[in-house]
Amino acid sequence: MFDAALLNIVVYLPLGGIALLLAAPAGQDAFVRRLTLGLMTLQLALVAWLYLRFDPTVAGLQFETRLPWIASWGVHYQIGLDGYNVLLVLMTAFLGPLVVAGAFTAIRKDVKLFYSMVLLIQFAMLGTFVAQDLFLFYVFWETMLIPMFLMIGIWGGERRIYATIKFFLYTAFGSILMLAAVIYLVLSLQSTTGITSFAFADLYRSQLPLDVQCILLAAFGLSFAIKVPMVPLHTWLPDAHVEAPTAGSVILAGVLLKMGTYGFMKLGFPLFPDATLAFTPAIMFLAVVSIVYGACVALVQTDIKKIIAYSSISHLGYVMLGLVSLNLYGIQGAVIQMVSHGLTAAGLFLMVGMIYERCHTRELADYGGLAKLLPVYSVFFAILTLASIGLPTTSGFTGEFLVLLGAFGAAWQQYELGSTLPLALASVAVSGVVLGALYMLWFAQRFLFGAAKAPHQPFGDLDLRERAILGIIVAAVFVLGLFPDEPMRKTELAAKQFQQLVGTSRTGVRAAGEPGRGPAASENGAPRFARAGTGSAP
Amino acid sequence: MTMQQLYLLIPLAPLAGAVAVGLFGPKLGRGLSHWLCILGVAVATVGSIVVWRDVMAGARFNGDVYTWLQSGSLKLAIGFLIDPLTATMMVVVTFVSLMVHVYTIGYMAEDPGYTRFFSYISLFTFSMLMLVMSNNFVQLFFGWEAVGLVSYLLIGFWYTRPTAIYANLKAFLVNRVGDFGFLLGIGLILAWFGTLDYAQVFARAGEFEGAKLNLWGAAEWSLLTVTCICLFVGAMGKSAQVPLHVWLPDSMEGPTPISALIHAATMVTAGIFMVARMSPLFELSDTALSFVTVIGATTALFMAFLGIVQNDIKRVVAYSTLSQLGYMTVALGVSAYSAAIFHLMTHAFFKALLFLCAGSVIIALHHEQDLRKMGGLRRYMPVTWITALVGSLALAGVPPFAGFFSKDAIIEAVHASRIPGHGYAYFAVLAGVFITAFYSFRLLFLAFHGKARFDPAGQAHSHDEHAADRHDAGHEAGDEPDAHGHHGGPPRESPWVVTLPLVLLAIPSVFTGWTYIEPMLFGDYFGGAIVVRPEHAVLWEMKNEWRGVAAFVQHGVLSLPFWLALAGIAAAWYCYLVNPALPARIKSAIGPVYTLLDNKYYFDRFNDTVFAGGARRLGGFLSRVGDATVIDGFFVNGSARLVGWAAAMLRHLQSGYVYHYAFAMIVGFFAMLTWWVGR
Repeated sequence: MFDAALLNIVVYLPLGGIALLLAAPAGQDAFVRRLTLGLMTLQLALVAWLYLRFDPTVAGLQFETRLPWIASWGVHYQIGLDGYNVLLVLMTAFLGPLVVAGAFTAIRKDVKLFYSMVLLIQFAMLGTFVAQDLFLFYVFWETMLIPMFLMIGIWGGERRIYATIKFFLYTAFGSILMLAAVIYLVLSLQSTTGITSFAFADLYRSQLPLDVQCILLAAFGLSFAIKVPMVPLHTWLPDAHVEAPTAGSVILAGVLLKMGTYGFMKLGFPLFPDATLAFTPAIMFLAVVSIVYGACVALVQTDIKKIIAYSSISHLGYVMLGLVSLNLYGIQGAVIQMVSHGLTAAGLFLMVGMIYERCHTRELADYGGLAKLLPVYSVFFAILTLASIGLPTTSGFTGEFLVLLGAFGAAWQQYELGSTLPLALASVAVSGVVLGALYMLWFAQRFLFGAAKAPHQPFGDLDLRERAILGIIVAAVFVLGLFPDEPMRKTELAAKQFQQLVGTSRTGVRAAGEPGRGPAASENGAPRFARAGTGSAP
Repeated sequence: MTMQQLYLLIPLAPLAGAVAVGLFGPKLGRGLSHWLCILGVAVATVGSIVVWRDVMAGARFNGDVYTWLQSGSLKLAIGFLIDPLTATMMVVVTFVSLMVHVYTIGYMAEDPGYTRFFSYISLFTFSMLMLVMSNNFVQLFFGWEAVGLVSYLLIGFWYTRPTAIYANLKAFLVNRVGDFGFLLGIGLILAWFGTLDYAQVFARAGEFEGAKLNLWGAAEWSLLTVTCICLFVGAMGKSAQVPLHVWLPDSMEGPTPISALIHAATMVTAGIFMVARMSPLFELSDTALSFVTVIGATTALFMAFLGIVQNDIKRVVAYSTLSQLGYMTVALGVSAYSAAIFHLMTHAFFKALLFLCAGSVIIALHHEQDLRKMGGLRRYMPVTWITALVGSLALAGVPPFAGFFSKDAIIEAVHASRIPGHGYAYFAVLAGVFITAFYSFRLLFLAFHGKARFDPAGQAHSHDEHAADRHDAGHEAGDEPDAHGHHGGPPRESPWVVTLPLVLLAIPSVFTGWTYIEPMLFGDYFGGAIVVRPEHAVLWEMKNEWRGVAAFVQHGVLSLPFWLALAGIAAAWYCYLVNPALPARIKSAIGPVYTLLDNKYYFDRFNDTVFAGGARRLGGFLSRVGDATVIDGFFVNGSARLVGWAAAMLRHLQSGYVYHYAFAMIVGFFAMLTWWVGR
């Protein structure tokens, strides 16, 4: 009970913070910064407490709050932690203080408003993760858009208006489709079972014919795929990143993109399992295209932020690949990859911000040999680069390795069922390790090594604040690379539930007791030797 | 201390040194830094020798020390497998590493990155130990990537030089191409075996012997063939086999001590070690073994040719390393795994020795690496000369030096093999003997004998040139070891920290051949760590003819390889000492061939154009056409324009005239009425 109250406090703490900020007298920028940092740190401490209290052996929700909200529609205010969101909530809370501290010197215009926006978006993101009711989820989901939109629009770069409009159109387009799908889904649940509910747990029991599932998955999926983003719905991301202030980029890459993959994991796939299985090759194909496309385009970018933006597209392709593998370690690897990307991309964007504050340019060609000019900066940058490539002992390796193994295991199962396409796709996905190294190291080579040059010299190396921010991120990167077992355990039951939900047919057409297709059949997807006997044996 | 604790201590001691010096190097100072690192590696060396003796007495260990992660029934752990193969590698790695650590004190004395360098090489020792001590594929891959990373850092040690940062990027990427295959292989193993633990995989390997895959059309592949070839692609990257060899010559941009440690003695042999470790899998696929044989033979012969035309002293040794790695790979291919490991061991000693000798020469000549500007150095540097001579004799395969035994064993094994491709391989390794002897003595004669072609009086001048030459690339920043130039005068023998490792490496280069050939190849040295099927047991056949070391030498002296080696030495002697004008005449006579060799068979140009250029062009195309034109241009901005157009159309309807609206209402009313009536 106490912990459940604590989770609510965690979510609403930023709102309280906004009230405090607005009450603060004007011109107290230093106070505003410190207050926000304090609130974020407090929030992190509370989340860390909840994380430690989270029991990995309990399936389902923990620290749950469920109150009636709009009784006539069956809407509840229901939040809680489970294996799906616990790591993402921790990561969001972890990045909060770093985002705030990272913007101390960069934001000098409308400081109070800016930090209010940061707090508002933090509130919305945490709410989206912990919501267990589709109505509530949608409300939080839409709330996220507004502060992000304002953040790019007010504190952004030169082409910020173009970027905000593009960002808004893309995401609003997805939201509208999702809204229609939500309404249809709830109505159909009502008509088939007589229950009027928005609760995820009830919606997981809906029975829909395959064609309806496909349409609804397309609607949900489009909305989520835009957020991920998956190629070809990705072009808003580089523009948004380039124009966004550093804090915006960090939030965007660190947390917001995971909303898409989280949406697929929590809603898209488990709500429409038959459609998911029907579309698996297509989703897998798009995931692999994202990996390769993002990497190839990242290779030719000349703007530092764009390189990292496209690398995000590539890395989140791995997450999608892990999720559709429907293989236990693939799914868990996808979750780790989400967190890992959150850390490395956030770190890299913060570092771009730090160099931008010194040199006022993001053109890669203006830089060179920073290892000589900024040795401490370069060490941090190199570590984050290597983590992004997925070198062992860093978080990137844990995620990428598990996802690739998972994709491979799933592909083998499909191969045994007579389809070689997933195997080919998994092999192409593995080539991402070469491409990833290519664009990231070539970038590092031009940025850090060679003859030293940078505009606006002289400038100092990282100060204590900057070192602390990056040191914390790098420590987390190593912890997740060296000791992934503990966080993995917290996700295991949820990953199994995900497998089971997606593996169970819910067309409402099949006779009860007929086994669902595929991958849930064997826990780890390690197929038996004989080709017969795997997969569906009706 | 129990043995288990010792196993843990061995890799952790160098790691502790690396971390301490890496984080606090500048504060600790040079002296404390190098002693800390040396202490860590010395502990590891002594520990390895203790473990090795223990293993020779029959001890074995296979157990996990730490669960990295667990997902369902899949458990990925850090663990050790201690058997003779591991113990041998541990001793070789730590001993060479210790020698290189000591040598570095002298070689890097003037370098501002001194402590950073020590931290890196200790980190490398840790990574390499984790690689060889692993008992599962995950940790193997950990070590694999970690040694690759340290290699990357060390090749680019002088990071302001454009050539160095080009070389390290290339090394990393080519290795990643190998990793691509390696990961596919690991993925296949996990998919089929459900585990990544060596012992479990090897125990069940036989069950999958008949398993078939058809990947394309109707062609059926043996599962194990595909798996083994995928794993071997990883080995090709790390052990620089054609066509993934291109990174190794360029890796000579790194400081010489790491060329000896990483790019000759240890890291590049990781692939050889891996295949030997996987012998229970490779044995089950003749096709894979054949593939290994052909790749190895090609590397052994064609890379040796390139050693002849190089003028940079380090590059000659680098190409010889490529060729010798080819020999080891051939040995793996013909199932003579123990011969491969035997050659790996002797090669580690004499090749590290040759690189360190080259380094000694390079310091003495103030960073001159061009063989054409050396000559006559034996008068100035006797210790370096003698040890280089020992190394060259071992490399050329002259009895009783170590290289003779290991190389001759490989040649005999290839001769006895019946694996497809063994004929080509036999020709390649035989021809390789002549070329090896030729280029190694070409190096020796050009550097140490004949007339001095450097300018003893003009050292200061040449240093200025050298400094000017590198000025842009970071001399100003103090990245180069540059203080040698102040001495001027004739070259001098290197200090004891440099010559001591030379002598200590020369000793095993002499004796490890005859002392270990019998136990390693024909005895029960590896005791089950290496599995060979009876129909592949070439060494077993050789054992039947084994009459002891003396008889082996006698037989060797009477057979072709020995005479080829002597002929190679004689040819080098004639070409470079007796008739120095001859090579130039030959060069012009064989013009096109020379051009081909000088361009290293055009591999680099091909890769740059097709792969590097191709990836960039693809990226550029996708960026311009995919993102900018199709998605943004057509769909995003197009839909915005569509909305604008539709709005403009709709605006016409809002004309403001009442009769327009009234007309629309009437039409609408009738339309609804019609629908209502008609339904």
